[in-house]
Amino acid sequence: MHYTFHWLPAFRALPDMLWGALVTLEIALLSMLLGVFFAVVLAVASNSPYRALRGAAASWVELARNTPALFQIYMAYFGLGSLGIHLDSFVALLAGITFNNAGYLAETFRGGLRAVPATQMRAARSLGMGQVQAFRLVVMPQMFRIVFYPLTNQMVWAILMTSLGVVVGLNSDLTGVTQELNVRSFRTFEYFALAAVIYYLLAKLVTVSARLMAWRLFRY
Amino acid sequence: MSIDIQDVHKSFGSLEVVKGVTMTVEKGEVVSVIGGSGSGKSTLLMCINGLEPINSGRILVDGTDVHARGTDLNRLRQKIGIVFQQWNAFPHLTVLENVMLAPRKVLGKSKAEAEAIAVEKLSHVGLAEKLKVYPSKLSGGQQQRMAIARALAMSPDYMLFDEVTSALDPQLVGEVLDTMRLLSSEGMTMIVVTHEIAFAREVSNRVAFFHKGRIHEIGPPSQVIGNPQQPETIDFLKSVL
Amino acid sequence: MFSSLLDTSFSLNDLWFMLKGAGVTLALTFWAVIGGTLLGVVFGVVRAVSPWWINAPLGAVLDVFRSVPLLIQLVVANSFKTIVGINWPPFTVGCVVLALYMSAYCTEIVRSGFLAVPTTTRRAARSLGMSYWQDLSFIVFPIALRVALPSWIGLTLGVMKDTAMVWWIGIVELLRSSQVIVTRIQEPLFVLSIAGLIYFLMSFPIARLGARLEKRWRENE
Repeated sequence: MHYTFHWLPAFRALPDMLWGALVTLEIALLSMLLGVFFAVVLAVASNSPYRALRGAAASWVELARNTPALFQIYMAYFGLGSLGIHLDSFVALLAGITFNNAGYLAETFRGGLRAVPATQMRAARSLGMGQVQAFRLVVMPQMFRIVFYPLTNQMVWAILMTSLGVVVGLNSDLTGVTQELNVRSFRTFEYFALAAVIYYLLAKLVTVSARLMAWRLFRY
Repeated sequence: MSIDIQDVHKSFGSLEVVKGVTMTVEKGEVVSVIGGSGSGKSTLLMCINGLEPINSGRILVDGTDVHARGTDLNRLRQKIGIVFQQWNAFPHLTVLENVMLAPRKVLGKSKAEAEAIAVEKLSHVGLAEKLKVYPSKLSGGQQQRMAIARALAMSPDYMLFDEVTSALDPQLVGEVLDTMRLLSSEGMTMIVVTHEIAFAREVSNRVAFFHKGRIHEIGPPSQVIGNPQQPETIDFLKSVL
Repeated sequence: MFSSLLDTSFSLNDLWFMLKGAGVTLALTFWAVIGGTLLGVVFGVVRAVSPWWINAPLGAVLDVFRSVPLLIQLVVANSFKTIVGINWPPFTVGCVVLALYMSAYCTEIVRSGFLAVPTTTRRAARSLGMSYWQDLSFIVFPIALRVALPSWIGLTLGVMKDTAMVWWIGIVELLRSSQVIVTRIQEPLFVLSIAGLIYFLMSFPIARLGARLEKRWRENE
């Protein structure tokens, strides 16, 4: 082994990489917010009386779950380009991950809804609550607890998926920044090992804060 | 002031479970409904506050037709409390919050008012010590008493009890029956679907015996339980006593 | 747009090239699943039965594979290979990284399957005179398998989709091969749709099978 590790340049680049990590976190968070929104839309659509709506929702879910995330990002970036829709790499990445998140979360929400017993709705209605009120005050909080863990899992997934942005030319997120540094210096191992550590810490940040939140939120 | 049930029929798909029931419960009365499983007793209760639609007949609560198109069911349900066999505590709320929820959100009471009502009702059923506890920490009997307090907090004119002791361990039945005894002694109008024959005999003004979707016998407990006339009633009582 | 789709310069040769890419995807998946499952079963059982001072560090190490993007894992492994002077082809590196990656998830699946068997059931088995190993093979294993298999199928499909990332270290699999064709004929939507269709055809039937198995076993409970 004739290799000498050069960690110093990597550590000097740390501030740049941390800024990248912030972009990573930003994309992941945005993709989760949008993903939750579309997942609710999909869950509602899959229960709709219109066949076309149900079909569209089912296709979204199956496509999101049965093709690689990288493929979905490619589609957003190159594929939509053929239709005259040109997204920049940030938006394409965000669109790809959102598409993926929504597909997985729609299933999660459907399961969560089934897991709250129908008798809860009935008990709430018997106290004079309306359908919407009963759903909001009684069913939804219970559903939220059931989907909370899968939701944080998906957030970790979203962070991991942001690394794929480099493939469509994104250079501002953690992987993108790391790759730029790498191309300039070819200290691949050092830079990427450091990036790995930062990703690990980001993932832990999510799981630990989720655990704290769960501890505060779900006392029952 | 009464619950007036007139020739009510109710089917689930092709299965008719209530086959023409007529019965009036006057304000201040306690009526117990006894009978075998699947005789349609519980279904009838669900129809009284509109949780289940009916196929024909009418149910009038203080003159309001429950199943008429224009009836505001949410309004109507405020004066009919119901307690279920499965107590259906809201698991994400504390005991106090369980009872406060409907007064606040349905009746629009302030937090302080709702809390005062909830504390009063919970003390009444003997749960004053458990206000800040989550239902999962309560026994079945305690959860059932909480469910009673939750219904009482809406100041209902009528209380419906749907086999509220059937899912309880035998040693917990007593505390729930005591709570119901207390309510009846205070003059609450109650319809009690129950398997506790001795309890029915003790608290009721009248007892109705349900069999295969019909009322076979109705009258004072001394008559229906003490001296039944119909062969079905005699068979049923023999099987449970 | 429609005419451009029909009037494509996409040839049969291109399709053949993509199918070969799909073959590489399947080969990578195959080795990753074999290696990942073997390791995952060993680690999973160890995690289920060992005391905390073995369980906790093992869990922590495996957690790293689930908390770092696979792309980064591949790059780090590939550059590390160069540093220590192992002369593996990229395909081998890809298989090894994917196998470790899969083992981290598989461990958790095996462990929860193992822990899903109630102690009372095991006690009942032992009370009938079964030995420890008989209990494991006739009671624990069949029950754990039912719990674990649907998740394992899901994981296998997940790994198949994740193989798409190995192009970064120079392997031409399905997605990379379609990218090569896109660069030449400049019809990304068309070519990517074919790639998506191939992925879907490889994944969807197995996903359905998994869902069916899960449903059937749940009904039997």
